Amino acid sequence: MATTTVPAQIEKLVGKGVRRREDPRLLTGTATYVDDIRIPGMHHACIVRSPHPAAIIRGVSTDAARNIPGVVAIFTGEDVKDVGPVPCGAQLPGLRVPDHRVLAQDRVYYVGHAVAVVVATDKYVARDAADAIEVEYDPIPSVGDPELAMKDDAPRVHPQYEDNVAFRYHQEGGDVLKAFADADVVVKQRIISQRLIPTAMETRGVVANYNKGEKSMTIHTSTQIPHLARTLIAGMLGVPENYLRIVAPEVGGGFGSKLNVYAEEALMGYVSMQLGKPVKWIESRRENCLTTIHGRGHVDHLEIAAKRDGTILALKIHILQDLGAYHQLLTPLIPTLSVLMIPGLYRFKNVQADITGVFTNCVPTDAYRGAGRPEATHAIEIMVDRLAAELNIDPAEIRIKNFVRPEEFPFPTATGLTYDSGDYEATLRKALGIVDYDALRREQAEARAQGKLMGIGICTYGEICAFGPSAATPAGGWESATVKVEPSGQVTVLTGTSPHGQGQETSFAQIAADELGVPIDNVVVLHGDTAVVQYGIGTFGSRNTAVGGAALYYALQEIKTKMKRYGEMLLDSGDVTLANGECVCKKTGKSVTVAEIAGAAYRAIKLPPGVDPGLVATRFWEPPNFAYPFGAHIAVTEVDKDTGEVSILRYVAVDDCGNLINPLLVNGQVHGGIVQGIGQALYEHAVYDESGQLLTGELMDYAVPRARMIPWLETSHTITPSPVNPLGVKGVGEAGTIGCSPALVNSVVDALRPVGVKHIDMPMTPQKIWNLLQAGGQA
Amino acid sequence: MIAQEFEYSSTTQLKEALALMADGAKPLAGGMSLVPMMKLRLATPEHVVDIRRIHGLRFIEEAGDRVRIGSTSSHHDIESSAVLHRVSPLLAKTAACIGDVQVRNMGTIGGSVAHNDPAADYMAALFALDAEVSIASATGERTLGIGDFILDPFTTALDTGELIREISIPVEVAGTSVAYVKMSQPASGFAIVGVAVRVRRAADGTIGFIRIGVTGVGPIAYRAASAEAKLQGTSGSDADIAAAASVMADSIDATSDMNATAEYRKHLAGAHGARAIRTALADISAGRA
Repeated sequence: MATTTVPAQIEKLVGKGVRRREDPRLLTGTATYVDDIRIPGMHHACIVRSPHPAAIIRGVSTDAARNIPGVVAIFTGEDVKDVGPVPCGAQLPGLRVPDHRVLAQDRVYYVGHAVAVVVATDKYVARDAADAIEVEYDPIPSVGDPELAMKDDAPRVHPQYEDNVAFRYHQEGGDVLKAFADADVVVKQRIISQRLIPTAMETRGVVANYNKGEKSMTIHTSTQIPHLARTLIAGMLGVPENYLRIVAPEVGGGFGSKLNVYAEEALMGYVSMQLGKPVKWIESRRENCLTTIHGRGHVDHLEIAAKRDGTILALKIHILQDLGAYHQLLTPLIPTLSVLMIPGLYRFKNVQADITGVFTNCVPTDAYRGAGRPEATHAIEIMVDRLAAELNIDPAEIRIKNFVRPEEFPFPTATGLTYDSGDYEATLRKALGIVDYDALRREQAEARAQGKLMGIGICTYGEICAFGPSAATPAGGWESATVKVEPSGQVTVLTGTSPHGQGQETSFAQIAADELGVPIDNVVVLHGDTAVVQYGIGTFGSRNTAVGGAALYYALQEIKTKMKRYGEMLLDSGDVTLANGECVCKKTGKSVTVAEIAGAAYRAIKLPPGVDPGLVATRFWEPPNFAYPFGAHIAVTEVDKDTGEVSILRYVAVDDCGNLINPLLVNGQVHGGIVQGIGQALYEHAVYDESGQLLTGELMDYAVPRARMIPWLETSHTITPSPVNPLGVKGVGEAGTIGCSPALVNSVVDALRPVGVKHIDMPMTPQKIWNLLQAGGQA
Repeated sequence: MIAQEFEYSSTTQLKEALALMADGAKPLAGGMSLVPMMKLRLATPEHVVDIRRIHGLRFIEEAGDRVRIGSTSSHHDIESSAVLHRVSPLLAKTAACIGDVQVRNMGTIGGSVAHNDPAADYMAALFALDAEVSIASATGERTLGIGDFILDPFTTALDTGELIREISIPVEVAGTSVAYVKMSQPASGFAIVGVAVRVRRAADGTIGFIRIGVTGVGPIAYRAASAEAKLQGTSGSDADIAAAASVMADSIDATSDMNATAEYRKHLAGAHGARAIRTALADISAGRA
């Protein structure tokens, strides 16, 4: 079997823009989403939802619906009262956690709150029957705005609590009092990060299939966290965890909105157990707007203290977090991430941060792309620009003055983090160079002389990624990977992450192919099925590559060691190398291929001493720290004086996410992130009226950006490897969103500076800007 | 997002469709308005008759001094019509601003006009063009000017059983320049404000002919007669245009909603009116009219 033929050199793939292996099936419509799953005998569910933000349920009349041919069953709150509560994974001191059942019990708390579920033989009958269910509501006063909810006489969202405050949180670092006393200048600003609807193109969906004979359940659900969902849903349903299989098939976007466990997932499990039939529920777009978590929802009050030379001394922030009516999985934790990242990239060590989490009669807020960090970055980056304007210092210069310096890493922050590595000035200077900042400022001066409103906005963001050390996370922050070299020599990678658009079927295959020296076509990456993949944590917080990729790297090292032992045996050598798809004896030059090694390991006629048969390695990897990417985004805008419309003339993003496994994927993430940032800055706002009626419950009203609204995006990178993981990667899934909105707001404020504007809240609609222009810059 | 059960008919014969409509069937063409309303159960027709395949309803043709446009002509048909671009381009320019490619491929002019959304793009052009709407029913035909056809938001002169058969617009006199300028609602693409202009200079260089149609501002589209009067006979100077802009929505009960207040809409009507006029006059100066 040993040969000396030299095979063609296998190209190294890490660092190359390998095209996404996921795309052909997505682009040709051959991918399998939840709604593509059809099981013989499957029933269909439709959910009856509250039209009121708050009401007492006097009765639910189901007789008319039951008589419709095809209706199989109807369940109401009473039926499901013993199904476990929808879980809140957050633990904060004094946190009020209202009981959250999978169907409303005696009251509804927000528009869209599920009251009953109809099950029928087809989805059309189920929908008609839902209309035939009569719920007798007694509407009661409600509140749809977090500031109104804080008023003494506000309607109480949960009657058992004396006010709407779910928790208060305080964190302090340094000596804020002294720093403010020492300051030459203090700038204050109220800043809103408005509620957003995550708007994954694939809405949520569940297919639950209980097998009475096996007492086992399979739930297909559009989720980012199949394993965590299994543990939690098993608990809600009282099904042993090892009898419950969760499958996240193709997931059409999540952006954090599917980093959750929803009532409907357990509800469909319950229905399937009751009926002994598979049951499918697919969320409509309107339900998605009304009942899938929203993001952001901050009203922040900030004070920044500085010396006259621009040295920032301290920052105070009070966050009013609109929680909505309940806690979903991570609801109260999201603003604590804002607190962690509020110092941004700056050296000041004095921070005072407070959060008031307030209940409203709205759908819960939770993680949406960036989850707390966009709000923090928005706040600090707006404040730095306010300060620069106040002190008449260039916004680039004031940033450079206050940046953590390269020699200061690892840098302990005022909020208790340790930034891993960075050269913030170099990244900003690269971005300034790309736009030719000095020339751009001259161009702006000329434009202003002609009466044009042109603005240049900078955001230098810091990010906390690679979630995360387990002690700092609610459910474990490690990740797992299994590598199996199959008897044929083909390689199967099982990742505990659950990629749904990020592209790890490609990037993880690149890593495995390089490490094992096999062609990428010989590698398959599987994920998302708890019956196939070892326990994992899932996909969120820009963690797939930085944590899951690291776990994969270590599993690959383990399997390489084992393969070498087989190689040594087969080549009768004590000194072999594994590269380029084969094991080579250094002394004789003789070699065996990976396939030959795999064959020997599974056939197992002879084993290396102390080595087991088979070629499988599983590693669970605990990260020692988060990773901290950063970047500089610069937006050039012009405001139409006549109409208030904003045009983005130029958008430059220089991101540093450490080493790039696949630049094509990285740029894709940056592009998508920026688009969502543009959405928040200019268009998107989940508008509730004062009572809690959602006024933007359709894509006819809620404006996600379209391709034609997006400018050319000039992306570039600096590379500062992270020392936290062996791949040197930092994470990039959320960076674009985080860096974008402050750059745009700073740019538009800069454009409007000649007319006296100091601040604008998002979304910067033409109406809002026109109002400012009419009022001479005063809001 | 599932409609109530309904009966569906499809026919190639106008007579058959009109007979079904006389019995209460609702006509379906591109479905760009009706289908979403049915899915949201805001519309619950028991019988829908698909008119897309009816012979003789999808055409664009020059007929003397008018251009006739069959009611099932898609926005894309209109946007890309060589006839319209040659002899009466305003409607084609307007169609190019509707929604997105998918909407323009599916949606029809008859459907849009019959639906009469107060923010529909076509309305501005149809008012500026003094368009005529020909209506067919099982019992006969009639033709109305656009001003008589449009009554209230989402309400037209169409009676039960009546169908728009065609819309006719004038062939432009040589030297006429046209423009349509809008601000889009970013979610829906509908016009927050849209202004359509037709303008021609007289032999002495003054403005000899001007028509302005406005959509999106008020409950229904309208012809901005007082703005036209401000321009008629003037040189079309910046001051003349500003004077016209200032009365673009002077007597209109403007709409206030999430996207724009009434005051802002009125301002936008003037701003976009001025732009449309300037664009059209610039085309004349550049010899493009």
